[in-house]
Amino acid sequence: MPAPGVLLIVTVVLIVLALVFFLVSTIVALKQITDGLDETIASVVEIISKSAPVNDVVVDINTNLDVAVGALEGLLVKKAGMVDAIGLVDGLYPGAGAVGFREQGTTTAPRISEVYTRGTLTLARLGREAPVAVLSPNGPALRNAAYGSAAARTLYPADRPTRSPVIGTDSPIQYEARDADSSAV
Amino acid sequence: MTLWWILDLVLLLVVVPVVVILLNGVLSEAKSIVPSVNRISKAAAAGSKDLDAVPLLLTTQDQVRQTVNLVADYGGSLNTILDDA
Repeated sequence: MPAPGVLLIVTVVLIVLALVFFLVSTIVALKQITDGLDETIASVVEIISKSAPVNDVVVDINTNLDVAVGALEGLLVKKAGMVDAIGLVDGLYPGAGAVGFREQGTTTAPRISEVYTRGTLTLARLGREAPVAVLSPNGPALRNAAYGSAAARTLYPADRPTRSPVIGTDSPIQYEARDADSSAV
Repeated sequence: MTLWWILDLVLLLVVVPVVVILLNGVLSEAKSIVPSVNRISKAAAAGSKDLDAVPLLLTTQDQVRQTVNLVADYGGSLNTILDDA
């Protein structure tokens, strides 16, 4: 066989060997990709099957909670009245009065410290002013649990008495009892 | 004979490198996909595992119903006890 023929055969064999090597390697890589995609598809099918009932369950939970919130708001408005209910909510959570209720809406919140009775304020203090409510949802508690005496000093914002009032028969100021007989003095 | 030599040289110096370069490109791209597919597979498996707690939502749903019923009972009692505004 002439030399060019031998070289041609060698070249063709080289091409075939290169084709075999690279194509087999590509087939192996594609097989790995297929296996990986099969695992992925199986996991995605699991995700779909597991998350299928989530929507219905969450919708049911939200519906129940909405009904409860609406009922409680309605009860509060029915018993306290719209203005007082908004004032109480705003007293517990400042700013919440502007948002108002879901169904009843809102109205101008009154100044709770001027309008409300002591009992209502006590209820309000169970929220942000109570020492147990230091971690209230709308900021720190109004009452400082560690230095609670500071609140008492606010009763005398200008001139606080330096001593306690003297009482008894030796007191410098004698007060007459209301039901005393003024003619006897 | 000369033409034969020219054909051999063209095959050896042009066709073989071109074939090798093209096949190597296909192989390298195919191999680069494998790690990405493996990462996607692991992420999907982890996501599926994260959803194992989904059945607990049924417990939450039941407890919410019980709580709402309890709140409704308390509300009914308060509605009876307290006067309207």
